[in-house]
Amino acid sequence: MNLSPSASREETDLPMRVINPGERNRSLAAEVKERSGTDFNRCYQCRSCANGCPFVAGMDYPPNAVLRLVQYGLAQEALESKTIWVCAGCHTCSSQCPMGIDIPGVMGALRLIALEQGAAVARPDILEFHEAVLHSLKSYGRAHKLGIMWRYKLRTRHWFSDLDVGLKMLAKRKLELRPSRVKAIKEIADLFKCHGQESR
Amino acid sequence: MSNFPVLDFSYFPGCSLATTAAESNLSMMKAARILGFNLMELEDWNCCGSSSGHTLCKDLSLEMAARNLSLAPGGRPLVAMCPRCLSYLRQAQTWLRKDPEAHRALEERWGRPIPLDLEIVHFLEVLMRYGRDRLQKGMQRSLKGLRFVPYYGCTVFRPPGMAQEKYYQGEMENALNVLGAQSVPAAYTHRCCGSFLSATDPELVTPLVNEIIDSAVAEKAHCLVTACAMCQLNLEIRCTSGTRLPVFHFSEMLALALGAEDYDGWFIRHLVDPRPLLQGLALVA
Repeated sequence: MNLSPSASREETDLPMRVINPGERNRSLAAEVKERSGTDFNRCYQCRSCANGCPFVAGMDYPPNAVLRLVQYGLAQEALESKTIWVCAGCHTCSSQCPMGIDIPGVMGALRLIALEQGAAVARPDILEFHEAVLHSLKSYGRAHKLGIMWRYKLRTRHWFSDLDVGLKMLAKRKLELRPSRVKAIKEIADLFKCHGQESR
Repeated sequence: MSNFPVLDFSYFPGCSLATTAAESNLSMMKAARILGFNLMELEDWNCCGSSSGHTLCKDLSLEMAARNLSLAPGGRPLVAMCPRCLSYLRQAQTWLRKDPEAHRALEERWGRPIPLDLEIVHFLEVLMRYGRDRLQKGMQRSLKGLRFVPYYGCTVFRPPGMAQEKYYQGEMENALNVLGAQSVPAAYTHRCCGSFLSATDPELVTPLVNEIIDSAVAEKAHCLVTACAMCQLNLEIRCTSGTRLPVFHFSEMLALALGAEDYDGWFIRHLVDPRPLLQGLALVA
């Protein structure tokens, strides 16, 4: 095992990838740049983002490698990576990035493109969680945590994981039984024109 | 109710403070009343758009935040306590300033003006701008002897486009030091609490939360104090370390020092009971 600090995950853990010029998606980079409003071509692979990211252990590619995949036009690898779903948007990476790249912005753009193109979602449970939150927002205009967790459990069928935490929160009255609601809910519902929302 | 001239503000509570973290809201309203800050809740506010809105639809989150701006009357600043809400409200305003067409379209859609000069501030900024002398005069209980880690999580990190905005790093220490407490900054004060991954990936978040709590224990801190209600919850529910420190909402310590007596209703909602610590320091009965 190579323990030198410069060894990155893509050098140690991932197989060498041969890129066939014909398989490159040349429009991906431009689209991600347009949607995220950030110029990730400034990235020179210093790996500050991967060093700082608290959640890199849950990712298949470190954030810098995702930027590289997009630059190379390897759309499927980027769009079907776990990384774009595990990113929590905490901005530890972009605060440390010497080139000021909005890395979570890139991840967000990739999530949207992945959903629009019907790419395989590498972390469907995380998508289910977000869908459950959005369902609550669309119905009430505010996040109703008990309803969100119920829907998330229903969809993922992880009924017994975290039961103890849920019961403790109920006992402490931290999970309200009734949602807090926006009165002019139509104003909110009208904003939901995103991909996939109508069908759910 | 207050001994000070009253200052008016609009107030955006956000989903966490309105429900899960009601104790944060109650204690902040209490402290604000004592300090003469009149926080008027926005009529019919909605989720700021941060939760999952931005994850699946960038416009949705900005538009949700913008609707809240359309509800704010002019002439007084809009105050938020939740750092995520603050960040999204500011991002939406920045977006509308740059995109007059979107601004006009939303104003037309809702039939309400969206003021672009509305000042959007964090409660900590209000406190340190208008309340520094009020804090000293209003103190009823000294927090002397309390060693706390000011835990900001990721709240002072921002997207590069917002990097020039005002921020409030250090203000929790400034306020609580005035009230006699001792800050212990040599811990993990800026590590993310895990956000939504606490729900989907507890096995990933638990070791990170344990590192944060353990770093506070190593510095012999008595507790952590946080400005973010989600951080407070994640640090409480995901910690499995041997020593579990109480995690306070900033406003709880503030209101306590300012003489609040209704603290039992807040502390009973904590998963790690903070009362033994406070009783040991003779801060509560």
